[in-house]
Amino acid sequence: MNIERRGFFKVLSVGAVAAGGLSTALARTKKSLPPNAVGILYDATLCIGCKACEVGCKTFNNMPIENTTVENDFGVQGIWDSGQDLNSKTLNKIKAYRHGSGTQRNSAENGYSFVKRACMHCIDPDCVSACPVTALSKDPNTGIVKYDKDACIGCRYCQIACPYNIPKFEYDKAIPEIVKCEMCSHVLAEGGIPGCCDYCPTGASLFGSVDELIAEGHRRINLKSGQEYSFPVSALNSGERTTRPAATYVDYIYGEDESGGTQYLLLSAVPFEKLGLPKLSNKTAASTSEMLQHSVYKGLIAPIALLGGLLFAAHKTSKQHHAVEEGGQYE
Amino acid sequence: MSNYKPLGGKILTKPFMFLLLIAAIAGFILIRRFLFGLGAVTNLSDGYPWGLWIVYDVLTGTAVACGGYAMALLVYVFNRGQYHPLIRPAIMTSMFGYTLAAVSIVIDVGRYWQLYNIFLPWHVNLNSIMFEIAFCVATYVFVLWIEFSPTFLEKWKSIKSQNFANRILFIFIALGILLPTMHQSSLGTLMIIAGEKLSPLWQSSWLPLTYLISAITMGYGMVMAESMFAAVGLKRPLETKMLSKMARFMPALLGIYLVIRFADLINRGALSLAFAGDLKGTMFLLETLLFLFPVIFLAIPKFRQKNSWLLLTGISMVLAGALYRFNAYLIGFDPGPGWHYFPSVSELMVTFGIIAVEIMAYLIFVKRLPVLPKIEQASI
Repeated sequence: MNIERRGFFKVLSVGAVAAGGLSTALARTKKSLPPNAVGILYDATLCIGCKACEVGCKTFNNMPIENTTVENDFGVQGIWDSGQDLNSKTLNKIKAYRHGSGTQRNSAENGYSFVKRACMHCIDPDCVSACPVTALSKDPNTGIVKYDKDACIGCRYCQIACPYNIPKFEYDKAIPEIVKCEMCSHVLAEGGIPGCCDYCPTGASLFGSVDELIAEGHRRINLKSGQEYSFPVSALNSGERTTRPAATYVDYIYGEDESGGTQYLLLSAVPFEKLGLPKLSNKTAASTSEMLQHSVYKGLIAPIALLGGLLFAAHKTSKQHHAVEEGGQYE
Repeated sequence: MSNYKPLGGKILTKPFMFLLLIAAIAGFILIRRFLFGLGAVTNLSDGYPWGLWIVYDVLTGTAVACGGYAMALLVYVFNRGQYHPLIRPAIMTSMFGYTLAAVSIVIDVGRYWQLYNIFLPWHVNLNSIMFEIAFCVATYVFVLWIEFSPTFLEKWKSIKSQNFANRILFIFIALGILLPTMHQSSLGTLMIIAGEKLSPLWQSSWLPLTYLISAITMGYGMVMAESMFAAVGLKRPLETKMLSKMARFMPALLGIYLVIRFADLINRGALSLAFAGDLKGTMFLLETLLFLFPVIFLAIPKFRQKNSWLLLTGISMVLAGALYRFNAYLIGFDPGPGWHYFPSVSELMVTFGIIAVEIMAYLIFVKRLPVLPKIEQASI
């Protein structure tokens, strides 16, 4: 190794040390709920599977009724929304769990339960962290995760990132958009509540502030099985209530911890995995990837240091190589 | 004065016409894609939003195109001037690879007419790994064309601009090393956010480092394979001596990769999944074998000095990194029950079309521009 070469290594190792020193973790703090966070508490034990919420959702968002299954099987159109899952035409979906004889309501054994799937409005959304152009953003006040089609480039990285597979893409359109539940923020702006909660007759979909919804959830979990309880309908403060016996709740609110916490919360008598909800840690994937990214790129010090070393090396060597091309010799 | 020379010869040969036909078919499919949407020609879904075009054309394509980066590292950073004759063709293939990856991105994204938002400060999201990659790749395509520009200038015999270009070229050479270091590692970081949807065999905080190293090994593998193909296909003398000298560094580089990869898997307790007997486990084992093969054979001088082994190990290095990318983005990716993906015929045809365009561009360039080293200089 000649002296020259040793010099390059010295410069480069300074850059490498700078980069290494920075990567001593800039641990990202867990994100907290926005000041006026609103959310939805879905209580599967109250849901009768009537799908009124789906109608409310489509009405409020001006989306077409989907009848693929009914249409395929019976040739009937425009009566019953029968899509199988969330898709680019459906933001909100009731699904059913069934086991054995399927006769016992709210029972995992020989029973059935419904579950409503929609955007979870995460406190620390992976989709928002992933979006390169801030087309997905979390409202700093209400915490609603919103989409801006004028920013979106259609890269679909949000779909890769979302642990709940919520953002949908219009693969059938030449000018496509990402489609997801925005908690009817256009209706909220006019003092209303989301379509699914507005149309729900049983109180299964309940709108309110996230703090109060969590408190309500814990109150219900602590009820004795069969105890009479006055359940609010549509919204916590709607004044409308329905009294009925409480089911045997799973001692857990889904969404209180999942992926760093969510603003759409679920209660159920049937274990959540059986309802198709993913088991997730309370740490978001975004917190890991952002920590890595910001450790390496903090203040762009490491890349700039590396560039400095490279400029020095390239300048020296290319000059030397040029001399060789003019008739010199390599050492 | 130049050490490089155009090969000359006819452009419209029979193989060239065949490539042209494939490109035309791809062009027809692309018209349908832009008229009727991605769903009309691809098997992409909300569960598998990224398919062949991203994983092959962009991820594998740019990693294969790391030949220019890998050679620039060797020549300019490690100051091994003797490999200089290999650098110009390597930079040219990088230029094609990255340019076509950029084209593939335009084809694949849904709202391509808004891609410029990546450059608008009020839209930029600095938390997004995708932003870093998009910005870096776009800049790198530009840098590669500048790095390659002396070739055009030589062709046009513009001495004055040649001198100027040679004086400032080092800036672009330095950028040409920095940018791939950044985005090739970020292409690994990109999948961290997929969290539990990606199998623990691939999901790791070490993805940025393993992606960077494997991109470099793919780059060297491509240089080895490509110069062998050029020697046979274009009837040029073999660069065996130079290649085998370069190849002796490979076992160490690949070894570092394998040590990191396995230490991480053992540390996370994920290695047992490799022997689960399912598709993921099997593909992981195959990926590992492809990485091990060149380590073993390039460590032995007897094999390293033979053309056939240089070619085989070079191809193995490219395939190893390519499979690592397919595994971490598609085979190891499971968005949940009910979702499946296998590329459609149209997707495959578009990918073939892009490869065809790349080969056609290579043939035109080496025949018309001073890219390949003059024959007497070819083997040192």
